[in-house]
Amino acid sequence: MNVKALLIALLLLFPFGALAQGYAGLGGSAEGFETPQRDYTFDFPADHGPHPAYRIEWWYLTANLKGEDGKDYGIQWTLFRSALKPFETEGWQSPQIWMGHAAVTTPERHFFAERLSRGGVGQAGVVAEPFAAWIDEWRMSGPDFDTLSLTAHGLDFGYDLALNAQGPLVFHGDAGYSVKSADGQASYYYSQPFYAVEGTLHLPDRDVTVTGQAWLDREWSSQPLAEDQSGWDWFSLSFDTGEKLMGFRLRGDRQDYTAATWINADGSTRALPDGSASFTPLETAPVAGRDVPIRWNVALPEYDLDVEVEALIPDAWMGTRFEYWEGPVTVSGSHAGRGYLEMTGY
Amino acid sequence: MTAAIIQALTSHWRSHWLQLATLLIGIALATGLWSAVQAINAEARASYARANAQLALGQFDELRDPSGAIPLTHYADLRRAGWQVAAVLEGPYRIQGRTLRVLGVDMVAYPALPAITEAEAETDPADILTAPGRLLASAELATLLQAQADLPPVLITTELPPDVILTDIGVAETLLDAPGQISRLVVLPNQPRSVPPLSEIAPDLERISPASQVDTAQLTDSFHLNLTAFGMLSFAVGLFIVNGTVGLAFAQRRGMIRTLRALGVSMRRLVWLILAELTLLALIGGIIGLILGFFLAGALLPDVAATLRGLYGAPVTGQLTLQPAWALAGLGMALGGTLIASAQALWRLSRMPLLAGPSVQAWRGSGQGQRLAAYCGLALLVFGGLAYTTVGGLLGGFALLAGLLTGAALLLPLCLSIALNLCARRARGPVTQWVWADMRAQLPGLSLALMALLLALAANIGVGTMVSSFRLTFVGWLDQRLTSELYLTAESDQQGREITQWLEPQVTAILPIRNVELAHETGPLFLYGVVDDPTYRQYWPLIARTDDSWDQVMSGDAVLINEQLARRADLWPGDVLRLGPNHQLPVAGVYSDYGNPTGQAIVSMMQLDLIAPGQEARRFGIRLDPNRATELAQTLRERFGLAPQAVVQQAAMKAQSRAIFEKTFVVTSALNVLTLGVAGFAILTSLLTLWTQRLPQIAPVWALGLDRAQLARLELSRSAILAAMTACLALPLGLILAWVLLAVINVEAFGWRLPMYVFPWDWLVLFLLTLVAALAAAALPALRLLRLPPADLLRVFANER
Repeated sequence: MNVKALLIALLLLFPFGALAQGYAGLGGSAEGFETPQRDYTFDFPADHGPHPAYRIEWWYLTANLKGEDGKDYGIQWTLFRSALKPFETEGWQSPQIWMGHAAVTTPERHFFAERLSRGGVGQAGVVAEPFAAWIDEWRMSGPDFDTLSLTAHGLDFGYDLALNAQGPLVFHGDAGYSVKSADGQASYYYSQPFYAVEGTLHLPDRDVTVTGQAWLDREWSSQPLAEDQSGWDWFSLSFDTGEKLMGFRLRGDRQDYTAATWINADGSTRALPDGSASFTPLETAPVAGRDVPIRWNVALPEYDLDVEVEALIPDAWMGTRFEYWEGPVTVSGSHAGRGYLEMTGY
Repeated sequence: MTAAIIQALTSHWRSHWLQLATLLIGIALATGLWSAVQAINAEARASYARANAQLALGQFDELRDPSGAIPLTHYADLRRAGWQVAAVLEGPYRIQGRTLRVLGVDMVAYPALPAITEAEAETDPADILTAPGRLLASAELATLLQAQADLPPVLITTELPPDVILTDIGVAETLLDAPGQISRLVVLPNQPRSVPPLSEIAPDLERISPASQVDTAQLTDSFHLNLTAFGMLSFAVGLFIVNGTVGLAFAQRRGMIRTLRALGVSMRRLVWLILAELTLLALIGGIIGLILGFFLAGALLPDVAATLRGLYGAPVTGQLTLQPAWALAGLGMALGGTLIASAQALWRLSRMPLLAGPSVQAWRGSGQGQRLAAYCGLALLVFGGLAYTTVGGLLGGFALLAGLLTGAALLLPLCLSIALNLCARRARGPVTQWVWADMRAQLPGLSLALMALLLALAANIGVGTMVSSFRLTFVGWLDQRLTSELYLTAESDQQGREITQWLEPQVTAILPIRNVELAHETGPLFLYGVVDDPTYRQYWPLIARTDDSWDQVMSGDAVLINEQLARRADLWPGDVLRLGPNHQLPVAGVYSDYGNPTGQAIVSMMQLDLIAPGQEARRFGIRLDPNRATELAQTLRERFGLAPQAVVQQAAMKAQSRAIFEKTFVVTSALNVLTLGVAGFAILTSLLTLWTQRLPQIAPVWALGLDRAQLARLELSRSAILAAMTACLALPLGLILAWVLLAVINVEAFGWRLPMYVFPWDWLVLFLLTLVAALAAAALPALRLLRLPPADLLRVFANER
């Protein structure tokens, strides 16, 4: 394992708590780092910016797009921040590590790229106002959080997109305090799921003009996973009715922990506690040498939701230094729609 | 039949075991010296390659700022434009008088290095990346580093070259006191689809391909070429021994061969069997030589490694490992060399008429051959001269050397023949006349051995002159250069100020020593700032200057550069040296700077602050009454709590410099002595060869009334006279050789030219040594002659074989 792989392990501590255990004691406690508190009052735009006193944080954007060619596409743009120590300073001595992931999924192929940087030297970072998040030449920025331009390039792909928020920010859990296990580990978690998107995808053989909608997740914490939790399945679904669902299942040795947020078309939400929603794999496919669920049943009896969620293509594998599955999905059944699925720990 | 022939052939060696030993020693010496040099070269080259692999050097393009450090903002700009680059900050780090190289890489972006992977197995990467950080170093270095109180913890790794400290760039910044600076940017593979051109983002940076990066192997080529040339010389001298012995053996076996031929053995079969015999002997001798070479190389390598580190900062370990490449090459050389050395004898044997008489003439070279050799020699001399004037450079220099040495060697027989002719004409009395005539007759048989002697002597004089000239110049230069009585290194700038304040009233002058490493197109460039003090004007020898060099420099209008930079960049007074994007200064003078491989320049302290602000001010030279130096050094250490090595006295510094110098030439002098020994041995074997032909020549003289003691004395003097003549011819050759080494090879290889000093006393010693060697070589044949039963001499007349 090289430094980078270990860094990634740190970065992805959130979904891989089990892996990080025994690793400098990071899995067990959060010495020196701040931990999320219930009844936190968000302060915008400052909270769109980084929180170096917390161990991990991300700006996680996914978009379901339709090309001028009528095909479905998906893109991902993610900036992770991981703190080795709970402060930030100028120069190479900065203990803040940044990692960028970008991907484009077409009906035929999945492209991805990864960037790594440390803070303090200007190579990567986030500024709250005017909003800018960047690593290398990858950039998500705009005059404010509602109006953003987005770009990233890999070896053989890239995209340039414009985002416009059509609705308010959405807070998960208890007004943004999102509990992640029965033991009470939690994170601050809010989203902007109402972006309208337009722009261009650059593929090896063609440029495609696309339109669609994007979902941006903001989350930060210091010690979010229970010790027995080994991975998670996370869904962000947008239904044709204008309603949306965020739901996840944290897989534990003892028991799974689920949570969900029902988002009405006007942006009003309802948090659904552990056990309200069910996520059941229906079919797996061999991806990157392992069996990964690519067809799911998602049920939320309270909202008469019973849908089948299927990957656009099975091979949406992020073969980055630390690997996971992240790709667009289609929704059918009681509700129709599109969305994104993330699966880690397989 | 074959078995019987083999038995007959080997019977010769059984009765002439000394000859067999000589032959094997000759092959072993040739192979041994050659393969020792090869082993040293191979080991050094392998070290460079290992270092490059360990540090991932020379694999990627790099971006450099020709004027010095790259600011951190450039890194961010490049990255944010899409350029995938990794930052490296490197520089020298002095610790207890040793200069180490700190290699600070951005461990987040730099390609994975074996050393990091190894160290990580047991370390938290957070420790490597955040303060205080970790230092990665070899076990030997780790001991040294761990003894320092103020350094980060050390991780031991086997994957780093000696003298290299690998660490994160954040740690290196502190260690090298170069915050926000980057030495170079490594262009990583897998750049994104399109990035804007360098000229748009950072026009002051230059992209350098791996091929054109200054690499150690290239830098040290000249040194290895030098060693190889020496190895070649030793090999050639060794082959003279083989040639002499094989000639002798064949001469002695003529009778047996004639008998075998008469018995019906075909010449073809004989030649094949003799070839097989020679091959076997070559292999045995070669293996002995390899063993010899291995131990010799093992003994010399630590010094060579020290030299390479001192001169070029090249990472070479002092440990030798057996590498099949040079072992096989050594055996090949032994085999090839033996066959070449025996070719003449073998060819003559195959041409020998079936029932040829024991005519001495059959083995003698003709006057025609002598002239042909002389023509070849002249041609080689001309070729060498032409090669130097047309090709130039180090290669041209070595071609000149090779042409000079081989050409002169080939000319030797004719020159000696002419000299003997002249002597013979002046000779009075029959005995004297006979002696000169006899010597001329012997010349062809001895000429190869004498050539070997000529080469060995010339090399000895040449290299000796070079080393001694170097030593004299170097010591003189040291005396001039190290003028301050004390050299002091404070722990911080603050302490530096306190110390100077305290010292000021007590001493003659305090000369701050401050420098910064810049990059020049010819390599690293160290820029020093000096304050105006008579010390510099008085003691810094300038080899090229304008009228008011020092005034110009002190007023900040000009720069002085060292000879290495002047020759490499072809900058002389009046030219302009570029020191950065906004700084260029005219060159006011050039100073000699022996023993330093890198370019150097001197400006006024004011200029230094302008060009590279914020350099540490911790080092000082202190001028005071020499008698007070020891006492003051002690006071300084006690008063300011300085480590013993932080206050160095001039004498200690000089001694250290001289010790390094002496080490540099240990290898050269060792090889020098060995070649001379081998040449003496070659004379012995040649004389022994000739001995078989002596009786028919001596018998008539004996019969005419000269007794054996007189003859033996003549035998000794003959050897001595020939050796003396050769030595006389070797002197001018050696001096020319020295001149080529000093004025051509040195300039090309090291970048400095040395004045040549002559050492007649050394020549006299060498001359006497040559006479002793010649006398010793002739002693055995003379002794034999003295003890020869008169009956043997009589028998010459009885049976004219």
